[in-house]
Amino acid sequence: MSEQTHTLTSAAAARGPLAMQAISVSKDFRIGRHQTLHAVRDVSFNLYRGAVVALVGESGSGKSTAARMLAGQERLTSGVIQLDGKRVEVTSRGDFRRYKSHVQLVFQDPFASLNPVHTVRYHLERPVKLHQGKDVDVDAEVVALMEQVRLTPAKQFLVKYPHELSGGQRQRVSFARALAAHPSVLLADEPVSMLDVSIRLEMLALLDDLRQRFKLAMLYITHDIASARYFADEVLVMYAGEIVERGPAEEVTQHPAHPYTQLLVASAPDPDNLGSTLRRKTHRSSAADTSGRAGAEAAQKPGSAATVGCPFSPRCPFADDHCYAEDPALLQISATRGAACWHLDEAAPELVAKWPDNGGTSPSAPIGTESTN
Amino acid sequence: MSTYPDQAATTASPVIVPGAVPPDTVLEIRDLSVVYRTSGGDVRAVDRVNLDLAAGEVIGLAGESGSGKSTLVYGASRLLRAPALITSGSVRYSGRRVTEPVDVLTMKPDELRRLRWREIAIVFQSAMNALNPVLNVRDQMTDVMHAHLRISRDEAREKAAALLDLVGIPRSRLRSYPHELSGGMRQRVMIAMALAIEPEIVIMDEPTTALDVVVQRDILAQIVELKERLSFSILFITHDLSLLLELADRIAVMYAGQLLEIGTAEEIHHEPSHPYTRGLLNSFPSLHGPRRELAGIPGSPPDLRNPPPGCPFLPRCGFGTAACREVDMHLLSVATSKNPAHVTACPFVLPETPAPPKPQAQPETVGELGA
Repeated sequence: MSEQTHTLTSAAAARGPLAMQAISVSKDFRIGRHQTLHAVRDVSFNLYRGAVVALVGESGSGKSTAARMLAGQERLTSGVIQLDGKRVEVTSRGDFRRYKSHVQLVFQDPFASLNPVHTVRYHLERPVKLHQGKDVDVDAEVVALMEQVRLTPAKQFLVKYPHELSGGQRQRVSFARALAAHPSVLLADEPVSMLDVSIRLEMLALLDDLRQRFKLAMLYITHDIASARYFADEVLVMYAGEIVERGPAEEVTQHPAHPYTQLLVASAPDPDNLGSTLRRKTHRSSAADTSGRAGAEAAQKPGSAATVGCPFSPRCPFADDHCYAEDPALLQISATRGAACWHLDEAAPELVAKWPDNGGTSPSAPIGTESTN
Repeated sequence: MSTYPDQAATTASPVIVPGAVPPDTVLEIRDLSVVYRTSGGDVRAVDRVNLDLAAGEVIGLAGESGSGKSTLVYGASRLLRAPALITSGSVRYSGRRVTEPVDVLTMKPDELRRLRWREIAIVFQSAMNALNPVLNVRDQMTDVMHAHLRISRDEAREKAAALLDLVGIPRSRLRSYPHELSGGMRQRVMIAMALAIEPEIVIMDEPTTALDVVVQRDILAQIVELKERLSFSILFITHDLSLLLELADRIAVMYAGQLLEIGTAEEIHHEPSHPYTRGLLNSFPSLHGPRRELAGIPGSPPDLRNPPPGCPFLPRCGFGTAACREVDMHLLSVATSKNPAHVTACPFVLPETPAPPKPQAQPETVGELGA
């Protein structure tokens, strides 16, 4: 990992100073007696103030585990997390509390993450008292939080219980609660996927507004790659615990390089293709049925992704013996893009050809630790 | 006298008897209203809805949570129980296996028992909750068959295996329990069970909402393929309009218990008439094609205990005028559409009406749910 020809710059780096770094972070879970689930494998990325990095992947790909490690809720098996250049070590409850005043996590389900027996006021007062010291005017601070997430008039909402609020309103309360600690990093784990389509957009707009106003470094975890296109600066695509592709949101979604990203993009509903894609796909898949479906099945159980070689190889149309034997590292395609695939020249020939250093002949050198400036 | 032929005759050739309903309409929902009786007053969950389902057709029912789309469909298949109450309407079913159209809403319990699964089958949203956790896949499937067909145990087992083949699950999974299956497999088992008795209509209530996009696309493709092979009709409920645009022949947009617009997928996509439909179309980020300006729909749905007069969408509508309070909700043909079956509840806004100026971000309002 020492001799590197290239360094990959995050597409989010231009937005602001570096806030948080995950360096070669891994997490294993023991399942059963002799089995280990590699939930997160050697993942590195940076979060910058005022920028959104999206972590995209299917359920079981390890994206939530990654967020929990960044939030200090899960011990790392290996690797380092740095906050503002200092290594994060959460070993005691006091550490955890101090850490939480910098890094906050918003959960997916606002029904489950708010306590049904407490009012909105209680949910917001507690973090204000915990994280902002004794001198602060709690009432004024709580009202200010409510206004930041546009739950107004605050007085009327503060006395309500979670069940009296709609899903969108509940999620606004969770955002306000996260902001109460005045964090520099906000980790949002599927913050809108439980909400109705018509409300999601408003919520993302609100998050975007908060990001700008408080210069938040944001990690946006989602399985909806389309929302990442609109909301994020950089997209990281995760598969079976590894980052298989990364790059600027628009580029990754419009010209995916890794076969998995290509599959993900092709699977998103496409209204401009009325009926035809589904139906065309039907005929194709019924013709060459067995292989595709067996692959899809293997992929449905996260543990059953290949543990040797490229994790995507059982489902990949380009897979050969090299892929089954050896796991590819992230290979650089451009200054801000990388993909972990041995067959990038086949999977995305036009992208590889553009990067001058490899002239489209072979995948370029693996990327090491990412540059931090 | 039952209108059904003998149970054992399910495999006999279909008999088509022309009735009052054109033979290609399998389900005719007329003027259906459902209320939920609560201590705070009646919640008008479904309000005078008319909808026809043709043989072999895929109708998508789109709407937000709480719009009444599930209540409508469960009402039409008599699956609701107190405090839900059907206050008006009729649901005429006329499949190939019934000799004359029957009204589902006036059926006796034993007639209903024969209607369900054999004529109208349902795939529920949460497969984990809909499958019995203490029975393996084969036992759940043969259970259904024994309840609805006269069939030997071995025949039922063979049929269960064949059904798993149909949905692409290896036969080795027959003895698996639901918790041993992935989400996508569970949903496939649900679909296989729904198809066990070769129903005329399959109702799918958000069958793929909890799944990943890749698995979702796989299952949708399979549904389309099975539909073409076995020629049943589908009533597909979802809040994801982008998915319906691809999947459905026709789309019915539901809001606050009423249908606001019905049209072909093409019409809904390219010539949406109702402001709510337009709002929904502007709410999802598109992955393909150029980046669009996204708007969303500010505000929240109305309180159905006390629905506002006139158009239910008025409080959130950018086009709203005073006249909207007076409007009587009826679906009328879109004046400029070539297809008279493209109907909308908004008499003022046409597909070519330009969008109103973008409103400022509005604060949440109190009281639409509690107060």
